[in-house]
Amino acid sequence: MSDTIHTAHGTGATGTVPPAIELRGIDKRFGAVHANNSIDLKVEKGTIHGIVGENGAGKSTLMSILYGFYQADSGTIHVDGKLCNINGSEDAIAVGIGMVHQHFMLVEPFSVLENVILGVEGGAVLREGVDKAREELRRLEREYSLDIDPDAIVGELSVGLQQRVEILKALYRGAEILILDEPTGVLTPQEADHLFRILGTLKQQGKTVVLITHKLREIMAATDNVSVMRQGEMVAHRHTAQTSPEELSELMVGRKVLLRLEKGVANPHSTVLQVDNLCVDTSTGVRKVKNASFTVRAGEIVGIAGVSGNGQSELLEALGGIRAVSEGQVILNGQDVTPGRGVGPAELRQRGVAHVPEDRHRMAMVTNFSAEEAAILGYQDDKAYQNGLLLDWGKVADATRHMMEEFDVRPADPHLKAANFSGGNQQKLILAREMMRDPDLLLVGQPTRGVDIGAIEFIHKRIVAMRDAGKAVLLVSVELDEIMSLSDRILVMCDGFIVGEVNAADANERVLGLMMAGVDPKQAEAEVGK
Amino acid sequence: MDNFQMIVLLLDATMRTSTPLILAALAGMFSERAGTINLALEGMMLGGAFSAACVAYYTNSHWLGLGAAVLTTMGLSLLHGFACITHKGNQVVSGMAINILMSGLTALVGIALFAQGGKTPALDHSARFQPITLPGADAVANVPILGSLYSELISGHNILVYVAFLAVPASWWVLYRTRFGLRLRAVGENPGAVDTAGISVVGMRYKSVLCSGFLVGISGAYLSTAQGASFLSDMTAGKGYIALAAMVFGKWRPFPAMFACILFGFLDAAATRLQGVILPGIGEVPVQLVQALPYILTVILLAGFIGRAVAPKSLGRPYVKER
Repeated sequence: MSDTIHTAHGTGATGTVPPAIELRGIDKRFGAVHANNSIDLKVEKGTIHGIVGENGAGKSTLMSILYGFYQADSGTIHVDGKLCNINGSEDAIAVGIGMVHQHFMLVEPFSVLENVILGVEGGAVLREGVDKAREELRRLEREYSLDIDPDAIVGELSVGLQQRVEILKALYRGAEILILDEPTGVLTPQEADHLFRILGTLKQQGKTVVLITHKLREIMAATDNVSVMRQGEMVAHRHTAQTSPEELSELMVGRKVLLRLEKGVANPHSTVLQVDNLCVDTSTGVRKVKNASFTVRAGEIVGIAGVSGNGQSELLEALGGIRAVSEGQVILNGQDVTPGRGVGPAELRQRGVAHVPEDRHRMAMVTNFSAEEAAILGYQDDKAYQNGLLLDWGKVADATRHMMEEFDVRPADPHLKAANFSGGNQQKLILAREMMRDPDLLLVGQPTRGVDIGAIEFIHKRIVAMRDAGKAVLLVSVELDEIMSLSDRILVMCDGFIVGEVNAADANERVLGLMMAGVDPKQAEAEVGK
Repeated sequence: MDNFQMIVLLLDATMRTSTPLILAALAGMFSERAGTINLALEGMMLGGAFSAACVAYYTNSHWLGLGAAVLTTMGLSLLHGFACITHKGNQVVSGMAINILMSGLTALVGIALFAQGGKTPALDHSARFQPITLPGADAVANVPILGSLYSELISGHNILVYVAFLAVPASWWVLYRTRFGLRLRAVGENPGAVDTAGISVVGMRYKSVLCSGFLVGISGAYLSTAQGASFLSDMTAGKGYIALAAMVFGKWRPFPAMFACILFGFLDAAATRLQGVILPGIGEVPVQLVQALPYILTVILLAGFIGRAVAPKSLGRPYVKER
């Protein structure tokens, strides 16, 4: 975005133009959690302002207060220099604030047009406002090259397009200030690029953009100014041009962080997992994995990249034994263990497959259980935890304590309810449960979803340590950075097919991005070469 | 009686039996399209029928009876809304509670007022909705087929039957062609989208249950002051549930739901007609089987013949602001 032209309201004109947004002393508590601790923030008009921070740093809470979703306990909000009382979304909309939420606020069975006019229909009978709305939409689309069919059904659009509908919604309501909450989490790199181009156009038109993210690369590429939050406090404001990812990550975490994962060269040997022509169908008969064939060898990490929803989840679930396979074969250490044909998750576990599911809360743990109960889930029949017929809670607690120590789970209290641990600590506990069993094959999905930077570093190191101990690791993640830094080989999935394989050493983000969108690897390379 | 005449009479009866179902199914649709499960239709219908019969008896006016029925059911809707929307209670439990409450309360108050075992006294002619002869019906009655279709089938019902059938296109128009309908459907799919658009989710859901109460009130009044001439305890006999089934069968859409109601109404009418009829090759059809047909069909249809019915996405989920 460095080449976009600053408008008259740009960063330079701070003296004359009041800031688009000024927050003074915003304070918000949720019970014992001090989500926002007297936050001050100034966002200049006509700039792209980044707000970074780890998960739970209070970024989203702050923006929800600005958008009227929550009310601050104390503090004031000034928009264009005027004090505003924002008690609900309608107040925020009225002063020209629009928000693109992390989870889209769209009505999926509705058309784009219906979604856009919801709340500003322009008359009790829809027909009165629709023609005008259509015209206005066409103008906005042209102006910002959004490229959306107003009559398309939103649920049938790709995630990237749905996000543009959200932007369109905000613009249609006359937003001068646009807040985007973690906008690129669900996008391919190409879609993300397109989004940043749109944001650049918005800036050129004099709009103000607030970008909330934890991806430092995006901050560096797209923003003019950046504010850093840590544990509910605003810790620093910087001009993007005068800072570096290293400085920002240190500010976010409060200590130095290694951004590049250091790992040695892989030393793969015998094949552990062999998958032949695997097909997996959903219960409604939709084929989600189509003729997947690949191998994972001992001593290597194979990453599966792809935009979420392209069959990776189903593939992982099938290999973990919790989803039946329709066609094809799974061979583990030379033996047929095709799930669904008499082989279930319990048997796979016995044969040395550890599975860290993608969705921590839904599949990996019971949040209402205590940590010790969560720590033996799936292994509760193990003799080591038993005392005759009954579970031996003393042994369970000891084992849990050992896991917590080994994986640095805090607080190290086996009796604490699992839900009361932070996301990162929950994840570490689950990884400990699966990895300390010394499996031959580790299946791991989204190992660092919702986990803060410090814990990510730790988790990545442990996964690499598994590899170095001669285990086979299959990693599924929608974070391309994670795939690229951890994997030795990368398989890319699109629409259920494995469209190609890339050696991590020669992996190029743009090529992977095109492959994730279904472009043939050779063509993708040629295209990027251009 | 020739076959044609018999079919016309059967269809004529179908119109009468499907009327309360249509009104209740539309009532359920308004509530559920906005995300609130309305299992209370049965109890509300019963309450409406009772109020209508009582008020019509005391005032000798079926219009006041209708008004009382609608007020009663709208009040019950507010109760349901208070439990489910304001206090985010379990919608199924609240609905069942209202059903049980009304089943007991109507009988109790009925016995206290009239001491006739839960019945209300039979209504006079003037306290009931009377059949309306549409213009020209008598004149064309002798025209073969079309004439008798018009005079027998279309004409000669009480006004609530016409209200029910006209409520179908009206509901469709409201749901799909007005701002209110757009917001109502949106709130049932993704209340977050409605909230962030600056519209009150709670307000929309209350409006939707009030619409629901209004419509089901008419169906209650129909049972006791139009189709019948008094209130009998538990006279709804599961009609509220059947209407709900018809609504699901019609995939939460007005016209398909109406056709489902007509189908259920037809079975009901046929059940009455088939009693004692000897079918060739089968013999006499057991009355019990015929009477059970609508219920059996409901189960079969819901179990699989309608394909996957896609309910409004946030149906049954109270709206809690969260990130």
